[in-house]
Amino acid sequence: MENPYLPYPVRIDDIVTETEDRNLKTFRFVFLNPEDQEKFAYTPGQFAELSVAGKGEIPIGIASSPTEKGFVAFTVNKVGLVSSHLHNMKVGDIMGIRGPLGNWYPWEEMEGRNVVIIGGGFAFTTLRSSIVYMIEPENRPKFRDIKVVYGARNPGMLLYRDELAAWEQRDDMEMHITVDGTDDPAWKYNVGFVPTITEQKITSADNAIAIVCGPPIMIKFTQPVLEKLGFPPERIILSLEMRMKCGIGICGRCNIGDKFVCKDGPVFSLAELKELPPEY
Amino acid sequence: MTEKMFSKETWLETLRGLTTEYTVFVPVKDGDFHVFQPLEKETVPDFDYQNARLSPKSLVYPQSERMFEYSLDEEDPERRILKEAPKEYTPRAVAGIRPCDAHAFQIVKRNFDNPEFRDPWWVQRFESTTLVGLGCNEPCPTCFCTAMGGGPFHEEGLDVLLYDTGETYLARSCTDKGEAFLTNAGGGETADEKTLKRAAELPGKSAEGMPESRKVDPVREKTINDLFDAPFWEEVAFACINCGTCTFLCPTCWCFDIQDEVEGKQGDRIRNWDSCMFPLFTLHGSGHNPRDQKFQRVRQRFMHKLKYYVDKYDDGFQCSGCGRCVQFCPVNIDIREVLQLMSNDG
Repeated sequence: MENPYLPYPVRIDDIVTETEDRNLKTFRFVFLNPEDQEKFAYTPGQFAELSVAGKGEIPIGIASSPTEKGFVAFTVNKVGLVSSHLHNMKVGDIMGIRGPLGNWYPWEEMEGRNVVIIGGGFAFTTLRSSIVYMIEPENRPKFRDIKVVYGARNPGMLLYRDELAAWEQRDDMEMHITVDGTDDPAWKYNVGFVPTITEQKITSADNAIAIVCGPPIMIKFTQPVLEKLGFPPERIILSLEMRMKCGIGICGRCNIGDKFVCKDGPVFSLAELKELPPEY
Repeated sequence: MTEKMFSKETWLETLRGLTTEYTVFVPVKDGDFHVFQPLEKETVPDFDYQNARLSPKSLVYPQSERMFEYSLDEEDPERRILKEAPKEYTPRAVAGIRPCDAHAFQIVKRNFDNPEFRDPWWVQRFESTTLVGLGCNEPCPTCFCTAMGGGPFHEEGLDVLLYDTGETYLARSCTDKGEAFLTNAGGGETADEKTLKRAAELPGKSAEGMPESRKVDPVREKTINDLFDAPFWEEVAFACINCGTCTFLCPTCWCFDIQDEVEGKQGDRIRNWDSCMFPLFTLHGSGHNPRDQKFQRVRQRFMHKLKYYVDKYDDGFQCSGCGRCVQFCPVNIDIREVLQLMSNDG
């Protein structure tokens, strides 16, 4: 019988320290058995359980895009037992990945529409996956305008800085990078909180879907901005986090009402969340 | 359907004979309570019991179970790669299980064996287990199986149902598995008129005075948010000490935790029963906890059993009415009263 709890063995192929506080690292994994890579076919917005023998598992959003072949990548914040251990692991070490898990951003619904991506802090990972996926030449024509608002506390806390700079140069998408504050005189982007920059830069909800990922405080203050712009709750898409174990809706802990964040989510529209208790 | 009649002495002999085919679990008196134990030479079963204090859920879903094992030896080429822990799924029979506890397996099955994912350990152990139920001639005062779609002689979930007619057991097969069990058992006599008549009277007599079937409609008609925001949760939870006894004893509570344990260079990934009564159950790595208050956890338990499950599967409550949580709650919280509140208020 197929065992949904058994991780695929992987090797750490590359580790990048993303932020100046060194608390966020991106891990690139290669599957030990090439056929496992086929089985791990994912869609941007999904997550996986990173499994470290002797420590446990953590649910982490997939930061790579399915258009990037030969590896899968995750950006991990150093928080608890497993993530701290992972931060001390080296290229070449063996661990496991279980997934892909959960649902994904509503790609079918997004086709033919304008896409507004709003991210804050280290919740930008599955948004990075989504952007890379959308700007892939074969996918780009499926979407209309792509606008991105991404903010962090300060310039050193932004993820994927090289890519951000490259995206800034593109003429088929609009980037609005911002920081809460900086004393760097060379900073050439925005200064201000994400909701404020959203209000300044996003001018229309016309035929648009907004995907919002960030800390609760950012989501709380971005929501009224989007509603004022005319985004209906069905077109405001959020991705949630929760303590998880099984990742497949069986172990019982990550429910919000009758939905499991691991299986029915992590992606929910604001309209869906309004039907559920605010217990997240 | 096969019907066989066994005198009580031959029944015990029959069970002993079956131990070559099955590991046979029977209720055994242990101190003030009963527990299910494998029938061995010295085992003295006690079928004149009301119910085991712990539900027999652990026979299919152990309280602690090795999922995987691995080596952490850096010299081992297979190091850090998880392998399935070897398991045996030889046939087992639970003789004397109460109908509520068999019904509970059906309730739980929807979680462990669903169209998207099958829990390999639960499913294989369940499939290799034959449930030989014993109808309840005298339900406990805390029993309310009749309210939850079951009954003291309810066959759903059982493979064989036994009627205690005094000197004899009338055994009736309910499934193919049960049919095979009776064939393996051999012996027994064709039931006589007197026994059949007695057996036919038992269910009605036993259910006398038990609560009427509870309709799911009153809770179904309310929205999740209406019930979630109902005014009574603080009061329901007031005396609760979050000890988790209710979830531990409950035959339909299925939540689990997964932990790694290491000894030397060998490690195991283990799953353990967990409880929504504990704050750690939902504590995020960031320190945020969506259910950091006691009343929220109590609400979760009742909402899960009596609303979320009802909405999700549209086939009754996540409760078989065994009454253990009512009987053993140290502060007398009563799920029957909570269902009453949820059905009326909110």
